[in-house]
Amino acid sequence: MSTGLKREHDARFPVARPLAFGQVYATLERLRARGLVHAAASVKVDGPERTPYAMTEAGRAELERWLTEVEAPSPFVSNPLSVKVTLALLTTDEAVAEDYLRRQREAHLQRMREYTRLKVERPSSLLEVLAADYALTHLDADLRWIDAAMSRVADLNKEIHSCPGP
Amino acid sequence: MPRPMITPAPHVVSATAPEVVLSGRELVKSYGSSLALRGASVELRRGEILAVTGPSGSGKSTLLLCLAGVLRLDSGEIRFDGRRIDDAGESARSALRRREFGVLFQFGQLVAEMTAAENVALPLLLGGARRRPAQAAARGWLARLGIAELSDELPSEMSGGQSQRVAVARALVTEPAVLFADEPTGALDTLAGEAVMTELTRVARDAGTAVLLVTHDARVASYGDREIVVRDGLIR
Repeated sequence: MSTGLKREHDARFPVARPLAFGQVYATLERLRARGLVHAAASVKVDGPERTPYAMTEAGRAELERWLTEVEAPSPFVSNPLSVKVTLALLTTDEAVAEDYLRRQREAHLQRMREYTRLKVERPSSLLEVLAADYALTHLDADLRWIDAAMSRVADLNKEIHSCPGP
Repeated sequence: MPRPMITPAPHVVSATAPEVVLSGRELVKSYGSSLALRGASVELRRGEILAVTGPSGSGKSTLLLCLAGVLRLDSGEIRFDGRRIDDAGESARSALRRREFGVLFQFGQLVAEMTAAENVALPLLLGGARRRPAQAAARGWLARLGIAELSDELPSEMSGGQSQRVAVARALVTEPAVLFADEPTGALDTLAGEAVMTELTRVARDAGTAVLLVTHDARVASYGDREIVVRDGLIR
Protein backbone atom coordinates (compact mmCIF):
# COMPACT_ATOMS: atom_id res chain seq x y z
CA MET A 1 0.00 0.00 0.00
CA SER A 2 2.86 2.35 0.82
CA THR A 3 4.17 1.95 -2.74
CA GLY A 4 0.82 3.03 -4.13
CA LEU A 5 0.57 6.00 -1.76
CA LYS A 6 4.08 7.12 -2.58
CA ARG A 7 3.43 6.81 -6.32
CA GLU A 8 0.19 8.75 -6.02
CA HIS A 9 1.81 11.51 -3.95
CA ASP A 10 4.78 11.91 -6.31
CA ALA A 11 2.48 12.05 -9.36
CA ARG A 12 0.07 14.56 -7.79
CA PHE A 13 2.83 16.88 -6.57
CA PRO A 14 5.33 16.66 -9.42
CA VAL A 15 7.90 19.24 -8.32
CA ALA A 16 7.73 18.50 -4.58
CA ARG A 17 10.34 16.46 -2.75
CA PRO A 18 9.54 12.78 -3.42
CA LEU A 19 7.97 10.99 -0.45
CA ALA A 20 10.23 8.54 1.43
CA PHE A 21 8.89 5.03 2.05
CA GLY A 22 9.74 5.28 5.76
CA GLN A 23 7.66 8.45 6.00
CA VAL A 24 4.64 6.65 4.53
CA TYR A 25 4.87 3.78 7.04
CA ALA A 26 5.42 6.10 10.01
CA THR A 27 2.53 8.37 9.03
CA LEU A 28 0.13 5.48 8.46
CA GLU A 29 1.05 4.06 11.85
CA ARG A 30 0.44 7.43 13.56
CA LEU A 31 -2.94 7.79 11.82
CA ARG A 32 -3.86 4.22 12.77
CA ALA A 33 -2.89 4.82 16.43
CA ARG A 34 -5.17 7.89 16.50
CA GLY A 35 -8.04 5.90 15.02
CA LEU A 36 -8.12 7.92 11.81
CA VAL A 37 -7.38 4.98 9.48
CA HIS A 38 -7.72 1.25 9.84
CA ALA A 39 -5.93 -1.58 8.09
CA ALA A 40 -8.12 -3.96 6.15
CA ALA A 41 -7.24 -7.60 5.48
CA SER A 42 -4.01 -8.10 3.55
CA VAL A 43 -4.32 -8.96 -0.12
CA LYS A 44 -1.85 -10.54 -2.50
CA VAL A 45 -2.08 -9.46 -6.11
CA ASP A 46 0.79 -10.24 -8.52
CA GLY A 47 3.56 -9.93 -5.97
CA PRO A 48 4.08 -9.25 -2.29
CA GLU A 49 1.24 -9.08 0.16
CA ARG A 50 -0.28 -5.59 0.49
CA THR A 51 -2.24 -4.04 3.32
CA PRO A 52 -4.94 -1.62 2.17
CA TYR A 53 -5.80 1.21 4.56
CA ALA A 54 -9.11 3.05 4.69
CA MET A 55 -10.28 6.18 6.46
CA THR A 56 -12.44 5.71 9.53
CA GLU A 57 -15.40 8.00 10.22
CA ALA A 58 -13.19 9.93 12.63
CA GLY A 59 -10.54 10.14 9.89
CA ARG A 60 -13.07 11.57 7.40
CA ALA A 61 -14.18 14.16 10.00
CA GLU A 62 -10.54 15.12 10.70
CA LEU A 63 -9.86 15.48 6.96
CA GLU A 64 -12.88 17.76 6.51
CA ARG A 65 -11.79 19.90 9.47
CA TRP A 66 -8.22 20.15 8.10
CA LEU A 67 -9.43 21.15 4.63
CA THR A 68 -11.20 24.21 6.03
CA GLU A 69 -8.26 25.25 8.21
CA VAL A 70 -6.19 28.20 6.95
CA GLU A 71 -2.42 27.59 6.99
CA ALA A 72 -0.74 30.12 9.26
CA PRO A 73 1.92 32.16 7.44
CA SER A 74 5.30 31.28 8.93
CA PRO A 75 6.33 33.72 11.70
CA PHE A 76 10.02 33.25 10.84
CA VAL A 77 11.48 33.63 7.39
CA SER A 78 14.65 31.71 6.80
CA ASN A 79 16.76 33.50 4.20
CA PRO A 80 20.12 31.84 3.53
CA LEU A 81 20.81 34.44 0.82
CA SER A 82 20.64 37.24 3.39
CA VAL A 83 22.91 35.32 5.78
CA LYS A 84 25.52 34.99 3.02
CA VAL A 85 25.37 38.69 2.09
CA THR A 86 25.69 39.74 5.75
CA LEU A 87 28.64 37.42 6.35
CA ALA A 88 30.29 38.55 3.12
CA LEU A 89 30.11 42.16 4.32
CA LEU A 90 31.29 41.26 7.82
CA THR A 91 34.27 39.20 6.71
CA THR A 92 35.23 40.53 3.25
CA ASP A 93 33.86 43.50 1.32
CA GLU A 94 31.07 44.96 -0.79
CA ALA A 95 32.47 43.61 -4.07
CA VAL A 96 32.28 40.00 -2.82
CA ALA A 97 28.67 40.49 -1.68
CA GLU A 98 27.71 42.08 -5.02
CA ASP A 99 29.42 39.36 -7.02
CA TYR A 100 27.61 36.69 -4.99
CA LEU A 101 24.24 38.42 -5.56
CA ARG A 102 24.89 38.65 -9.32
CA ARG A 103 25.73 34.94 -9.55
CA GLN A 104 22.81 33.97 -7.33
CA ARG A 105 20.50 36.01 -9.59
CA GLU A 106 21.73 34.15 -12.65
CA ALA A 107 21.26 30.78 -10.88
CA HIS A 108 17.70 31.73 -9.94
CA LEU A 109 16.88 32.92 -13.44
CA GLN A 110 18.33 29.74 -14.93
CA ARG A 111 16.02 27.68 -12.71
CA MET A 112 13.11 29.92 -13.74
CA ARG A 113 13.97 29.26 -17.42
CA GLU A 114 13.78 25.53 -16.73
CA TYR A 115 10.34 25.82 -15.14
CA THR A 116 9.11 28.15 -17.90
CA ARG A 117 10.23 25.67 -20.58
CA LEU A 118 8.55 22.89 -18.64
CA LYS A 119 5.30 24.85 -18.83
CA VAL A 120 5.67 25.98 -22.43
CA GLU A 121 7.16 22.95 -24.12
CA ARG A 122 5.79 19.83 -22.57
CA PRO A 123 3.54 20.11 -19.55
CA SER A 124 2.02 16.70 -18.86
CA SER A 125 -0.89 18.05 -16.85
CA LEU A 126 -2.37 21.18 -15.34
CA LEU A 127 -1.06 19.94 -11.98
CA GLU A 128 2.46 20.19 -13.36
CA VAL A 129 1.75 23.70 -14.69
CA LEU A 130 0.42 24.78 -11.28
CA ALA A 131 3.42 23.25 -9.52
CA ALA A 132 5.74 25.12 -11.90
CA ASP A 133 3.74 28.33 -11.28
CA TYR A 134 4.27 27.94 -7.55
CA ALA A 135 8.02 27.43 -8.00
CA LEU A 136 8.27 30.34 -10.45
CA THR A 137 6.42 32.68 -8.09
CA HIS A 138 8.74 31.82 -5.20
CA LEU A 139 11.87 32.10 -7.32
CA ASP A 140 10.60 35.44 -8.60
CA ALA A 141 10.13 36.64 -5.02
CA ASP A 142 13.73 35.65 -4.21
CA LEU A 143 14.89 37.40 -7.34
CA ARG A 144 13.13 40.63 -6.38
CA TRP A 145 14.81 40.40 -2.99
CA ILE A 146 18.18 39.92 -4.72
CA ASP A 147 17.55 43.06 -6.82
CA ALA A 148 16.59 45.05 -3.72
CA ALA A 149 19.65 43.74 -1.86
CA MET A 150 21.86 44.71 -4.81
CA SER A 151 20.56 48.29 -4.58
CA ARG A 152 21.08 48.40 -0.81
CA VAL A 153 24.38 46.58 -0.42
CA ALA A 154 26.47 49.76 -0.15
CA ASP A 155 24.23 51.21 2.58
CA LEU A 156 24.07 47.84 4.33
CA ASN A 157 27.87 47.70 4.34
CA LYS A 158 28.03 51.14 5.98
CA GLU A 159 25.45 50.13 8.58
CA ILE A 160 27.21 46.86 9.42
CA HIS A 161 30.58 48.56 9.88
CA SER A 162 29.26 51.60 11.73
CA CYS A 163 27.70 49.67 14.61
CA PRO A 164 29.44 47.01 16.70
CA GLY A 165 26.47 44.63 16.59
CA PRO A 166 24.13 43.44 19.30
CA MET B 1 15.61 25.03 -3.48
CA PRO B 2 14.47 21.67 -4.88
CA ARG B 3 15.38 20.77 -8.45
CA PRO B 4 12.45 20.33 -10.80
CA MET B 5 11.53 16.66 -10.89
CA ILE B 6 11.35 16.87 -14.65
CA THR B 7 14.18 19.00 -15.95
CA PRO B 8 14.02 19.81 -19.65
CA ALA B 9 17.22 19.67 -21.65
CA PRO B 10 18.83 23.09 -22.04
CA HIS B 11 17.46 24.87 -25.09
CA VAL B 12 19.88 24.65 -28.00
CA VAL B 13 19.86 27.75 -30.19
CA SER B 14 22.38 26.52 -32.72
CA ALA B 15 24.63 23.50 -33.12
CA THR B 16 27.46 25.71 -34.36
CA ALA B 17 29.03 28.80 -32.83
CA PRO B 18 26.31 31.44 -32.51
CA GLU B 19 26.58 34.23 -35.05
CA VAL B 20 26.15 37.81 -33.87
CA VAL B 21 23.36 39.50 -35.82
CA LEU B 22 23.32 42.84 -33.98
CA SER B 23 25.89 44.45 -31.73
CA GLY B 24 26.33 47.69 -29.88
CA ARG B 25 29.71 48.81 -28.59
CA GLU B 26 30.39 51.51 -26.00
CA LEU B 27 26.98 53.09 -26.53
CA VAL B 28 26.51 56.53 -25.02
CA LYS B 29 23.20 58.39 -25.11
CA SER B 30 22.03 61.37 -23.09
CA TYR B 31 18.80 63.32 -22.83
CA GLY B 32 19.92 66.88 -22.13
CA SER B 33 22.13 66.69 -19.07
CA SER B 34 20.86 63.24 -18.10
CA LEU B 35 23.09 60.35 -19.19
CA ALA B 36 20.92 57.31 -20.05
CA LEU B 37 23.63 55.05 -21.53
CA ARG B 38 27.20 55.36 -20.31
CA GLY B 39 29.14 53.03 -22.58
CA ALA B 40 26.92 49.93 -22.75
CA SER B 41 28.00 47.05 -24.99
CA VAL B 42 25.77 44.19 -26.10
CA GLU B 43 25.67 41.36 -28.64
CA LEU B 44 22.53 39.69 -29.96
CA ARG B 45 23.04 36.29 -31.59
CA ARG B 46 21.04 35.05 -34.54
CA GLY B 47 17.84 33.34 -33.41
CA GLU B 48 18.35 33.88 -29.67
CA ILE B 49 15.97 35.53 -27.23
CA LEU B 50 17.95 37.97 -25.12
CA ALA B 51 16.23 39.41 -22.06
CA VAL B 52 17.31 42.94 -21.10
CA THR B 53 16.35 43.58 -17.50
CA GLY B 54 17.09 46.24 -14.93
CA PRO B 55 15.38 48.71 -12.63
CA SER B 56 13.05 51.38 -13.91
CA GLY B 57 15.06 54.23 -15.44
CA SER B 58 18.21 52.12 -15.80
CA GLY B 59 18.47 52.73 -19.56
CA LYS B 60 17.10 49.46 -20.94
CA SER B 61 14.44 51.05 -23.19
CA THR B 62 16.95 53.62 -24.40
CA LEU B 63 19.28 50.74 -25.27
CA LEU B 64 16.48 49.13 -27.31
CA LEU B 65 15.60 52.36 -29.12
CA CYS B 66 19.26 53.03 -29.97
CA LEU B 67 19.84 49.49 -31.27
CA ALA B 68 16.62 49.69 -33.31
CA GLY B 69 17.86 52.89 -34.94
CA VAL B 70 15.03 54.99 -33.51
CA LEU B 71 17.33 57.16 -31.38
CA ARG B 72 20.66 58.64 -32.49
CA LEU B 73 23.71 57.86 -30.34
CA ASP B 74 26.02 60.44 -28.81
CA SER B 75 28.89 58.01 -29.38
CA GLY B 76 29.60 54.32 -29.89
CA GLU B 77 28.78 52.06 -32.79
CA ILE B 78 26.04 49.65 -33.81
CA ARG B 79 26.48 46.86 -36.35
CA PHE B 80 23.81 44.77 -38.04
CA ASP B 81 25.04 41.68 -39.90
CA GLY B 82 28.54 43.08 -39.55
CA ARG B 83 27.67 46.41 -41.21
CA ARG B 84 27.83 49.64 -39.28
CA ILE B 85 24.36 51.21 -39.13
CA ASP B 86 24.53 53.97 -36.51
CA ASP B 87 26.06 56.44 -38.97
CA ALA B 88 23.53 55.71 -41.75
CA GLY B 89 21.15 58.43 -42.94
CA GLU B 90 17.53 58.58 -41.83
CA SER B 91 16.14 56.99 -45.02
CA ALA B 92 18.59 54.07 -44.86
CA ARG B 93 17.76 53.52 -41.16
CA SER B 94 14.08 53.71 -41.91
CA ALA B 95 14.43 51.10 -44.69
CA LEU B 96 16.41 48.86 -42.33
CA ARG B 97 13.68 49.13 -39.70
CA ARG B 98 11.03 48.20 -42.29
CA ARG B 99 12.90 45.23 -43.77
CA GLU B 100 15.01 43.74 -41.01
CA PHE B 101 13.52 44.88 -37.69
CA GLY B 102 10.15 44.34 -36.03
CA VAL B 103 8.98 46.29 -33.01
CA LEU B 104 6.50 45.45 -30.29
CA PHE B 105 5.59 47.77 -27.44
CA GLN B 106 3.64 47.41 -24.19
CA PHE B 107 0.44 48.60 -25.81
CA GLY B 108 0.09 46.94 -29.23
CA GLN B 109 -0.67 50.29 -30.83
CA LEU B 110 -2.94 48.79 -33.45
CA VAL B 111 -4.71 51.19 -35.82
CA ALA B 112 -8.19 51.41 -34.31
CA GLU B 113 -10.03 51.76 -37.64
CA MET B 114 -8.39 48.69 -39.22
CA THR B 115 -9.21 45.01 -38.76
CA ALA B 116 -6.63 42.63 -37.32
CA ALA B 117 -5.68 41.39 -40.82
CA GLU B 118 -5.36 44.96 -42.13
CA ASN B 119 -3.17 45.90 -39.17
CA VAL B 120 -0.89 42.92 -39.73
CA ALA B 121 -0.68 43.58 -43.48
CA LEU B 122 0.32 47.21 -42.92
CA PRO B 123 4.14 46.74 -42.70
CA LEU B 124 4.06 44.72 -45.94
CA LEU B 125 2.04 47.42 -47.73
CA LEU B 126 4.42 50.11 -46.45
CA GLY B 127 7.24 48.01 -47.88
CA GLY B 128 5.62 48.03 -51.31
CA ALA B 129 3.77 44.68 -51.31
CA ARG B 130 0.49 44.33 -53.21
CA ARG B 131 -2.71 44.30 -51.20
CA ARG B 132 -3.89 40.74 -51.90
CA PRO B 133 -0.64 38.86 -51.09
CA ALA B 134 -0.12 41.13 -48.08
CA GLN B 135 -3.59 40.26 -46.76
CA ALA B 136 -2.95 36.55 -47.38
CA ALA B 137 0.36 36.71 -45.50
CA ALA B 138 -1.31 38.62 -42.66
CA ARG B 139 -4.03 35.99 -42.32
CA GLY B 140 -1.35 33.29 -42.36
CA TRP B 141 0.47 34.95 -39.45
CA LEU B 142 -2.74 35.37 -37.48
CA ALA B 143 -3.33 31.63 -37.98
CA ARG B 144 0.22 30.83 -36.81
CA LEU B 145 -0.54 32.76 -33.63
CA GLY B 146 -3.76 30.82 -33.13
CA ILE B 147 -6.06 33.81 -33.69
CA ALA B 148 -7.27 33.31 -37.28
CA GLU B 149 -10.83 33.92 -36.08
CA LEU B 150 -9.93 37.52 -35.21
CA SER B 151 -8.86 38.42 -38.76
CA ASP B 152 -11.88 40.61 -39.48
CA GLU B 153 -12.30 42.03 -35.96
CA LEU B 154 -11.49 45.61 -35.00
CA PRO B 155 -9.11 46.22 -32.06
CA SER B 156 -12.04 47.55 -30.01
CA GLU B 157 -13.64 44.08 -30.25
CA MET B 158 -10.59 42.27 -28.83
CA SER B 159 -9.22 41.66 -25.32
CA GLY B 160 -5.83 43.07 -24.34
CA GLY B 161 -4.16 39.68 -24.83
CA GLN B 162 -5.75 39.21 -28.26
CA SER B 163 -4.67 42.72 -29.37
CA GLN B 164 -1.13 42.02 -28.27
CA ARG B 165 -1.05 38.74 -30.23
CA VAL B 166 -2.17 40.67 -33.30
CA ALA B 167 0.67 43.12 -32.60
CA VAL B 168 3.09 40.15 -32.42
CA ALA B 169 1.86 39.01 -35.85
CA ARG B 170 2.31 42.54 -37.21
CA ALA B 171 5.85 42.72 -35.81
CA LEU B 172 6.82 39.40 -37.41
CA VAL B 173 4.94 39.56 -40.74
CA THR B 174 7.97 40.95 -42.59
CA GLU B 175 10.02 38.04 -41.16
CA PRO B 176 12.55 40.38 -39.59
CA ALA B 177 15.99 39.26 -38.46
CA VAL B 178 15.46 41.03 -35.13
CA LEU B 179 12.35 41.69 -33.08
CA PHE B 180 12.57 44.47 -30.50
CA ALA B 181 10.01 43.89 -27.76
CA ASP B 182 9.66 46.53 -25.01
CA GLU B 183 7.64 45.26 -22.03
CA PRO B 184 5.35 43.28 -24.39
CA THR B 185 3.19 41.96 -21.54
CA GLY B 186 3.33 45.02 -19.29
CA ALA B 187 -0.34 45.85 -19.79
CA LEU B 188 -1.65 42.28 -19.44
CA ASP B 189 -2.66 40.09 -16.51
CA THR B 190 -0.51 37.06 -15.68
CA LEU B 191 -2.30 34.44 -17.78
CA ALA B 192 -2.81 36.70 -20.82
CA GLY B 193 0.87 37.72 -20.56
CA GLU B 194 1.95 34.08 -20.45
CA ALA B 195 -0.12 33.28 -23.54
CA VAL B 196 1.48 36.17 -25.44
CA MET B 197 5.01 35.20 -24.36
CA THR B 198 4.43 31.53 -25.20
CA GLU B 199 3.24 32.39 -28.72
CA LEU B 200 5.81 35.13 -29.26
CA THR B 201 8.76 32.90 -28.36
CA ARG B 202 7.36 29.91 -30.29
CA VAL B 203 6.87 31.78 -33.56
CA ALA B 204 10.11 33.75 -33.20
CA ARG B 205 12.07 30.51 -32.70
CA ASP B 206 10.28 28.88 -35.65
CA ALA B 207 11.12 31.87 -37.87
CA GLY B 208 14.72 32.11 -36.59
CA THR B 209 14.09 35.70 -35.47
CA ALA B 210 16.36 37.05 -32.74
CA VAL B 211 14.45 38.86 -29.99
CA LEU B 212 15.69 41.69 -27.81
CA LEU B 213 13.21 41.49 -24.96
CA VAL B 214 13.17 44.44 -22.56
CA THR B 215 11.36 43.67 -19.32
CA HIS B 216 11.44 44.45 -15.62
CA ASP B 217 9.67 41.14 -14.91
CA ALA B 218 11.83 38.08 -14.20
CA ARG B 219 9.00 35.73 -15.18
CA VAL B 220 8.99 37.30 -18.66
CA ALA B 221 12.81 37.27 -18.75
CA SER B 222 12.70 33.52 -18.06
CA TYR B 223 11.34 32.99 -21.59
CA GLY B 224 14.75 34.14 -22.87
CA ASP B 225 17.90 32.14 -23.54
CA ARG B 226 20.14 34.69 -21.87
CA GLU B 227 19.87 37.83 -19.76
CA ILE B 228 21.79 41.07 -19.50
CA VAL B 229 21.12 43.49 -16.65
CA VAL B 230 21.26 47.25 -17.25
CA ARG B 231 22.09 49.40 -14.24
CA ASP B 232 22.84 53.12 -14.39
CA GLY B 233 23.31 53.00 -18.16
CA LEU B 234 25.82 50.15 -18.13
CA ILE B 235 25.54 46.38 -18.65
CA ARG B 236 26.36 44.77 -15.30
